Amino acid sequence: MSAALALGDDALVLSHRLGEWAGHAPVLEEEVALANIALDLLGQARILLSLAGDEDELAYLREERAFRNVQLVEQPNGDFAHTIARQLYFSAYQRLLYEQLASGEGAFAGLAAKAVKEVAYHQDHAEHWTLRLGDGTDESHDRMQRAVDGLWRFTGELFEPVEGVDIDWQALRSGWLESVPAVLERATLTLPTGPQSGAWTAGAGRQGIHTEPFGRMIAEMQHLHRSHPGASW
Amino acid sequence: MAAVTADQTAQAADRPQGADEVLEAAFDAAVAADERIEPRDWMPDAYRASLVRQMAQHAHSEIIGMQPEANWISRAPSLRRKAILMAKVQDEAGHGLYLYSAAETLGTGREELLDKLHAGRQRYSSIFNYPTLTWADVGAIGWLVDGAAITNQVPLCRCSYGPYARAMVRICKEESFHQRQGYELLLTLSRGTPAQREMAQDAVNRWWWPSLMMFGPPDDASAHSAQSMAWKIKRHSNDELRQRFVDICVPQAEALGLTLPDPDIRWNEERGQHDFGTIDWKEFQEVLKGNGPCNEQRLGQRRRAHEEGAWVRDAAAAYAEKHTAPAHAAPRTAAGNGEATA
Repeated sequence: MSAALALGDDALVLSHRLGEWAGHAPVLEEEVALANIALDLLGQARILLSLAGDEDELAYLREERAFRNVQLVEQPNGDFAHTIARQLYFSAYQRLLYEQLASGEGAFAGLAAKAVKEVAYHQDHAEHWTLRLGDGTDESHDRMQRAVDGLWRFTGELFEPVEGVDIDWQALRSGWLESVPAVLERATLTLPTGPQSGAWTAGAGRQGIHTEPFGRMIAEMQHLHRSHPGASW
Repeated sequence: MAAVTADQTAQAADRPQGADEVLEAAFDAAVAADERIEPRDWMPDAYRASLVRQMAQHAHSEIIGMQPEANWISRAPSLRRKAILMAKVQDEAGHGLYLYSAAETLGTGREELLDKLHAGRQRYSSIFNYPTLTWADVGAIGWLVDGAAITNQVPLCRCSYGPYARAMVRICKEESFHQRQGYELLLTLSRGTPAQREMAQDAVNRWWWPSLMMFGPPDDASAHSAQSMAWKIKRHSNDELRQRFVDICVPQAEALGLTLPDPDIRWNEERGQHDFGTIDWKEFQEVLKGNGPCNEQRLGQRRRAHEEGAWVRDAAAAYAEKHTAPAHAAPRTAAGNGEATA
């Protein structure tokens, strides 16, 4: 079931990136919040990957070209603004996606009904930080603007239909294009003007074409598991 | 139970003659009667200072202690273990928050305490200056380090200072859970492949002695012990707690099928306790002085996270300033217009 892989990989990879913040967050409250979001996503990933096969085999024994996550979630954390921009873009997408899935009767309805509550919290967290950083100090404004600009070209991929996910992708796209620009405006930020995908980016993650940092990320993630073939942990 | 209320403190301040003696006698009586001292109660300055020192060190240990374990989040070998480890590190951040809040009831601030930590003027537990070199270290930390922490902390649930005691009740529940998970991790390894078993034994070998050092110096060399026990901040001496921990661990190690790296451990029928070998107090002192394997790395990372996060904290403060109506303009009509008067 390739749809479970695609959605599961999104959650798995973003969870991994957020886990890299542990011990590095700007305030203790964010240590708690980022770990909390990472845990929610990891929980979603485990359910989705288990629908597609064995969660550990899928997470630890596939190579880069077999991962189906969008390129947005594999982007390195960067500074706190980059992490927040990535969360803003992704959580808005994931909430709209899960809301539609939860109201349908497909294979993901049950998972989506539970996860949409978590994702609403993630989106709330990302939006509040976008406001604080965008409308905070000159420095935070500049950093947040750079982050939303820098990640913008990875957002087009979010609207590439995933085979096996039965939703209205056009509605998802228009919902996203209402919610995200409204937050950016309230945060006194400028909506990025460039294309939402680069020549190389459109639909690429879903086809297993990733960006360079991803290979290094999964090398670290998989190293121990691969060093002990067949072992139980 | 309030020992002496703030009102009584104020009254006493009007009667300077012998007032301190009266307050001190009431405080001593409250402690003797096992009553809880609360934030607004009068307390001796030295009691307050001692608690701030101990609670700050405890809070710092929780947040520095995130590092050795977070070191393995990105490499955890199964998704289940990864989720457990992330949840644990998150709990530690939460414990840090409880403890800073509890310390703040004594009139200090989290910022001030963090500044002291970053400046090296307040300590954190020596154990976190040891490196996590393999995945099995995550299990050894859960079993031994959390086990030692629980042995230390359960009596603190009856500590004479109320806010500290209540924080410890919440923390101990979560710590026991982590400890069992760490033990189960090691059990899985010790029953796994030969390489996994070797990994588990190696981790126990490296973490055993540092865990025994977590109970602090021996009783005859412990600077704060006697006073802390008299104030019922501490309930048992360092050596008593250390002995209790050894007695708990020996059968657990047997159940794991792992050995403890101390040839002198044996049951002493007469004492009804285990004898064990001598701790390397020189190493302990070196680690305390900053010369442990990871002291610089740990403090360096903490300082960096704080410095690199300064612009984020500044942004949050600036945003709050802009979007909070001034206090004197607070009662407004129900129109809900957030615009402050110009």
